[in-house]
Amino acid sequence: MKKLIVIILLASVTGMVTLSFRPETVKTDKYLISPKDSVGSVKAFMSVYTVLKSARCMNCHPAGDSPLQGDDSHIHTMNVKRGADGKGLYSVRCSNCHQAENTAGLHMPPGNPKWGLPPANMRMVFQGRTPRQLALQLLDPKQNGGRTKAQLIEHMAHDDLVGWAWHPGDGRTLPPMSRPAFAAQVRLWIAKGGYAPSAKAK
Amino acid sequence: MINITVNGQHHEVDADPNMPLLWVIRDILGLTGTKYGCGAAQCGACTIHLNGEAVRSCVTKLNRAAGQRIVTIEGLSANNDHPLQLAWNELNVPQCGYCQSGQIMSGAILLRENSNPSDQDIDDAMSGNICRCGTYQRIRAAIHKAAAMQTEGAKL
Repeated sequence: MKKLIVIILLASVTGMVTLSFRPETVKTDKYLISPKDSVGSVKAFMSVYTVLKSARCMNCHPAGDSPLQGDDSHIHTMNVKRGADGKGLYSVRCSNCHQAENTAGLHMPPGNPKWGLPPANMRMVFQGRTPRQLALQLLDPKQNGGRTKAQLIEHMAHDDLVGWAWHPGDGRTLPPMSRPAFAAQVRLWIAKGGYAPSAKAK
Repeated sequence: MINITVNGQHHEVDADPNMPLLWVIRDILGLTGTKYGCGAAQCGACTIHLNGEAVRSCVTKLNRAAGQRIVTIEGLSANNDHPLQLAWNELNVPQCGYCQSGQIMSGAILLRENSNPSDQDIDDAMSGNICRCGTYQRIRAAIHKAAAMQTEGAKL
């Protein structure tokens, strides 16, 4: 009987110690975990893609080293170049014209404290990417600025410069859906498995 | 009151924080070498140095410059002897002259960061400064000349 009591005591002490050392649950998911669903995931990404390909997003994710301008995504006037840090070159630095906020008026420089392109060593090109290429690129930390999926969602949902797209100033069209709707589609895409569309998707 | 330092001199400016810096420089401080061209950051005539960057003062609000260091064309050198000013003089770069202070202020940033710029470097640095007289070829030649003068000066 004594042995049994000692064993029970030992077992409960060990259990308590083990439980007390259990790491706290890391709260990373602010979204519902849905079962994997490749069709639903791809469908959500195709919505995300329409936003990323809109002028407000794509103009600063160009295929070349010059930013783009306008709803027709023409090459930025003044021969503006990316530069190593994505903030321009010499006397043509982004913040020389682009202020911390939009300058009021039609065709005046839009602004944000972080205004710029992705840096030369992480170009994060949207222009010309198919849905499949862009999805795979966004999920690859070597091509997305070293972001985990959670950080990718955070970036899309809350980054201030990304958010500028929905407050772009006079005369600029908005992306095709609201930011909360966009963020919801990003979350859904990842939550359902983060699938890339097929190569045929356009 | 907003404190700014212009060409090494401290100023307390009593003006709307949203006033374009260009107005402060020209109309309040009386430094009229910096020009108003387009008012939309499109031409470069209003280029000044704000903490060493070639910002366009027509769209830069006074409050961005609060407590900061500004250099205008009047303060680029003590005796108008910046290599660019000497080269500009020697090659008679200006025609009407309106854009030239902006051109020189932009060129100064290029020469600070690249002591031996190629034609491509000059294009990259100067394409945002418009000259309606079309003095671009002389601007390019003068920047090459100033770069050479700067290098020679550094050797002395």
